[in-house]
Amino acid sequence: MDQLNSYLFIAAILFSLGVFGVITRRNGIAVLMGVELILNAANINFIAFSRFGGMNFDGHVFGLLVIVLAAAEAAVALAIIINIYNNMNTINVDQASQLKQ
Amino acid sequence: MEHILSWLVWLPIIGMVVITVIPRSQEDIIKKVAAFFTGVQLLFSILLWKNFDSANGSMQFMERAEWIPSFNISYILGVDGLSLPMVILTSLLCFIGVFVSWNITKAVKGYFALYLLLDTGLIGVFLALDFFLFYIFWEVVLLPMYFLIGMWGGPQREYAAIKFFLYTLFGSVLMLVGIIGLYFTCGKTFDILLLMETAPDALKNELWWGMSAIKVIWVLLFIGFAIKVPIFPFHTWLPLAHVEAPTAISVILAGVLLKLGVYGILRINYGLMPDAVWWFAGSLAFLGLINVIWGGLCALAQTDLKKLVAYSSINHMGYALLGMAAVIAAGSINGGDLKAAQAGLSGAVFQMFNHGTISAMLFILVGVIYDRAHHRDIEGFGGLANQMPIYAGITALAFFAGLGLPGLSGFISEFMCLIGAFPVFKAIVIASTIGILLNAAYFLWAFQRIFFGELNEKYSDLPEINRLELFTLIPLAVITLFFGIYPRPYLDLIKATMDVIIENVVFVANFASM
Amino acid sequence: MNNIFINYSLFILFLPLVAFVVLIFTGKRLPRQGDWVAVSAVLFTLVLSSAMFVAMLLDYNPDFSQQSGFTWMDLGAFKIEFGILVDNITIIMLLVVALISSCSHIFSLKYMEGDIRYSRYYAYLGLFTFSMNGIVLANNLISMYMSWELVGLSSYLLIAHWFEKDSAADAGKKAFLTNRVGDIGFFIGIMLIYSSIGSFLFSDVFAGVAAGKITGITLTLAGIGIFLGAMGKSSQFPLHIWLPDAMEGPTPVSALMHAATMVAAGVYMTIRLFPLFTPDALLVIAYVGGFTAIFAASIAITQNDIKKVLAYSTVSQLGYMILAVGTGVYTAAFFHLVTHAMFKANLFYGSGSVIHAMHHALHEKHDHETDPQDMRNMGGLKAKMPITYWSMLVSTLAIAGVPLFSGFLSKDAILAGTLAFAQHQPEHFLLPVFGFGAAAMTAFYMFRLIFMTFHGEHQMPELINDIHESPKEMTGPLVLLASLSVFVFYTLPNFNPISDHGWFTDLVVPRTAVVPGSMTAHEIADYAHHAHGLAMSLSIAVIVLGIALSVLIYFKKVFSAETWASKLGFLYDWSLNKFYFDENYNRFLYQPFLNLSKKVAWLDWEIYDRYFINGFAWVIEWYSRVTGKFDYDGIDQGLVDGIGRIVGATGHNLRKIQTGRLQNYLLYVVAGIIVMIIVQAF
Repeated sequence: MDQLNSYLFIAAILFSLGVFGVITRRNGIAVLMGVELILNAANINFIAFSRFGGMNFDGHVFGLLVIVLAAAEAAVALAIIINIYNNMNTINVDQASQLKQ
Repeated sequence: MEHILSWLVWLPIIGMVVITVIPRSQEDIIKKVAAFFTGVQLLFSILLWKNFDSANGSMQFMERAEWIPSFNISYILGVDGLSLPMVILTSLLCFIGVFVSWNITKAVKGYFALYLLLDTGLIGVFLALDFFLFYIFWEVVLLPMYFLIGMWGGPQREYAAIKFFLYTLFGSVLMLVGIIGLYFTCGKTFDILLLMETAPDALKNELWWGMSAIKVIWVLLFIGFAIKVPIFPFHTWLPLAHVEAPTAISVILAGVLLKLGVYGILRINYGLMPDAVWWFAGSLAFLGLINVIWGGLCALAQTDLKKLVAYSSINHMGYALLGMAAVIAAGSINGGDLKAAQAGLSGAVFQMFNHGTISAMLFILVGVIYDRAHHRDIEGFGGLANQMPIYAGITALAFFAGLGLPGLSGFISEFMCLIGAFPVFKAIVIASTIGILLNAAYFLWAFQRIFFGELNEKYSDLPEINRLELFTLIPLAVITLFFGIYPRPYLDLIKATMDVIIENVVFVANFASM
Repeated sequence: MNNIFINYSLFILFLPLVAFVVLIFTGKRLPRQGDWVAVSAVLFTLVLSSAMFVAMLLDYNPDFSQQSGFTWMDLGAFKIEFGILVDNITIIMLLVVALISSCSHIFSLKYMEGDIRYSRYYAYLGLFTFSMNGIVLANNLISMYMSWELVGLSSYLLIAHWFEKDSAADAGKKAFLTNRVGDIGFFIGIMLIYSSIGSFLFSDVFAGVAAGKITGITLTLAGIGIFLGAMGKSSQFPLHIWLPDAMEGPTPVSALMHAATMVAAGVYMTIRLFPLFTPDALLVIAYVGGFTAIFAASIAITQNDIKKVLAYSTVSQLGYMILAVGTGVYTAAFFHLVTHAMFKANLFYGSGSVIHAMHHALHEKHDHETDPQDMRNMGGLKAKMPITYWSMLVSTLAIAGVPLFSGFLSKDAILAGTLAFAQHQPEHFLLPVFGFGAAAMTAFYMFRLIFMTFHGEHQMPELINDIHESPKEMTGPLVLLASLSVFVFYTLPNFNPISDHGWFTDLVVPRTAVVPGSMTAHEIADYAHHAHGLAMSLSIAVIVLGIALSVLIYFKKVFSAETWASKLGFLYDWSLNKFYFDENYNRFLYQPFLNLSKKVAWLDWEIYDRYFINGFAWVIEWYSRVTGKFDYDGIDQGLVDGIGRIVGATGHNLRKIQTGRLQNYLLYVVAGIIVMIIVQAF
């Protein structure tokens, strides 16, 4: 069980770093990178539980799904950021506040 | 002849619709359309008169249709000897009124549209035999009248209009309560003919808050009608409204509107609650006396000619009240004096008609002089008899008719009212003969101040009455003169119905112990 | 013979009305303004009524009476029959009316020449004649009352003919209103009778009274009520005030009014309805008449206006007639009515002729200040106006009651009746005193009039050359009427100048009153017959006394009128000022009445309407304002909007957390989770 704890511990640290990045960064790319960290923290958890929880390959399947999802998300998000950059000449997410009244 | 009554009622509404589609600038056409529709209405009412069977005292030309079956409300029209003369009077005065209003310049379209609506309301009240319908027409009269006074009237028109409206609405509300009371105590029907049969029995032993229901309903309805008559102390809307209203509307007010009250009392109070006639006749005669004396005294003091004429209306309607009260003379308690009852009641109904024609003439005459001199102050004229001899002559005729000179119709009805009421109310009638003197005093005095003496220099170029004005006055003058000499055609027309009313009241009285 | 009378009467009745209608509508466009229409109509009625008169004389039947009628109004039980009644009284009266009316019409041709309302004037004369004939021919109370009022109307129109003058307009109004006061009494009388008897026909009424359907105090009151009407028309005290003022009308109208139409109507009506007066009512009538006779005579003594003297003399003479009716000798009243009509009309035409001449003369001198009617400006006209003088003298002798003239006969009959009445009921001794006193005064003031006008020196000598006798149209009627004042026309076929026996007394015989308990006609006639000799000597004595005084004062000037006047002091003043009746009526009757009407109107409009009726509106308005305030400030603004405001404020404050930044929200989420974890942990 100690091994599981250390995996979870690393995943928690990764998750916290990701959240921290998302919350504090103003740069769109950086925020995106934070999101990647959060996703990968989740992946570590999936794999860890799959290995130590006796759940066969369910965890691996989800891990692969998350990687694919992350790739798609990164593509869409980068496209949005490029569009923001084209329109506003910045990738600071605080500036993209036109919808705010 | 099938639906002649409906035609009479709805013709002016058709006219109103036609007028609303005519462009506002076509004033001449609007006037002609109004004249056409009221003229056709007059023809229809004459046709009705020709086909009316005067030997039959009950309702004729009845029309009946379902309207709101869930409340037992129907569309019932009918005419008898009581309403027929009123219908003729209304259509005549409405026709004449169009020509009296020929000189209206302000918002002609609206004026005539409202005028025709008023016409429908008036005719409808006289013809409706369903209480609900009656009430609706009653209110329909009110609305155009409010606007006609309030928009086309004199300087104080808005005050006058609102006063008239509130006063009469107050009466209408009491009346509505009375109507609803009748509806619920007498078998949930609004059919007046049916109510005439059921109401006396249904109301007989009914008590409301310890009071006899019949008296409560009588008083509620009576106040509603009394305001229209107007009976003292509900009379003060009249001088104001008459004075402020445009001439044609004063004519309709005095000529027809006041008759709604008397008609209502005779049709509804007398018809539905004959028991209470006995209870109330004394008060009615007394109110008549007060009307005669009070109206006469007030008229004597007026300096505004139109106000004088307005107060003279109060005075004249007093005679009608006296005549109505005379019905109870026919009862066995009073010696069964059928002659007096007939004279009084017919006199009252005749007085309604005569006052209609005479006061219409008087108001038209006031309008004529007002159009020329732009004031109505009696003291402000003088010596006009030489300046306007024809006008003076017609005014003399109207004034003498108003003061009850024999040979003119006013005398006959007044004398019938008094002679009818005399056997029962001796003291009251003797006191009210002072009114005969008062009538003469205020009319003659006014006549002298306007027409006699040296000509007032200001008016040395006052034009004589013109053809249009003459056209409106002559029919009325001829009627006044004709009925003054030979009243029989009128009396023959109403006689059978009068007998029905008397019979209704007296028949009940012989079994009632009120 | 039968229907001729009725047909003639109808023609006589309606011809003047036709003239009236024609003249009113077309008068000004006709040649000569249509005076010939009126004159020919009235002359035609004169011919017809003369024919009827002749027929009556030929028939010589005292009981002659015919009726014809139609149903005017029929309501089943309530019925009014209109009709005409022709008997000897009617025929004589019709002739009198037609005669006087014709004279007035002809007299006016010159007198009214050039008047601005010439055709109107003739139209009104026609109406006047029509209404009077309506009264004469009526066979029922209603048509009589209607004609009665129409007489009032025509008198109003004619008295106010020169309405540019305020005094004329006032006089017309006064006549109408004073008459209306009487008419109210008449109307109440009619109602009392009708409510007991149920018919308006004279014959039914008399039958009803005889059958006792109406008795006692009711009948007396009915009689007095009806008599009140007569008091108004015949200008009896205290309703006499209108007649002297009525002199404002043209003189021919005064003649017509005083002789045949208006004032005669009252007497005629009491004669017509005599049978229904109870003894009590008759007593009232007698006293009113007697008092009026002496009262008016005492005023006439001091008047200076020639027409005023004649006016008061008419009032006094009417008092005689009423007195006669009251004492039961009503045929004598009728007799006096007829004779008086002739000489009084003549006197008025005479005065008209004098005034016309004076007016003309003053006009020549361009003097519009001097009153042409004032006798103090006249005198010595006898030589200038002989026809006027002689005819007026004849009439004066007649009115004074000098034998050989008609007035003597009729006045004598009245005085005899009065004396007989007092002889049998001595407590009423005042009645003959009134009668004889008035007779003396009449003789005095009439001769005063003659002397002041025609004898002595003219008081304005500069005028005398311009005064001429009037034209034929005016003197013709004078001569005709003066000759009709001679006794012989009334006593034929007898020629006894001191006895009234003749066709008149044969044809007009008194009837017994139908009221149970009245004296019979025979008794009355019998008593009067016994009193006749005494009455005649007494009356001649007082007449001689009156004339002698007049001669001494005004002709021989033995006594000065002025010193006598000052000796009499306030009596003279009272008489000159007509006992201040107009002033007192004005002060105690008209003004209070007008004030009352003003008060009532003020009460009605300024108090009742303004405070009571509008007060309702105020109360309701105040109430609605209060509820409105509560509704708006309390419920709407306070409660409903309050909730809204709270919600709004909350939202407003909460809104600040919504930054729109995802990162903030994420922070909140993390913070939330941390909080949840901490909460979970403890």
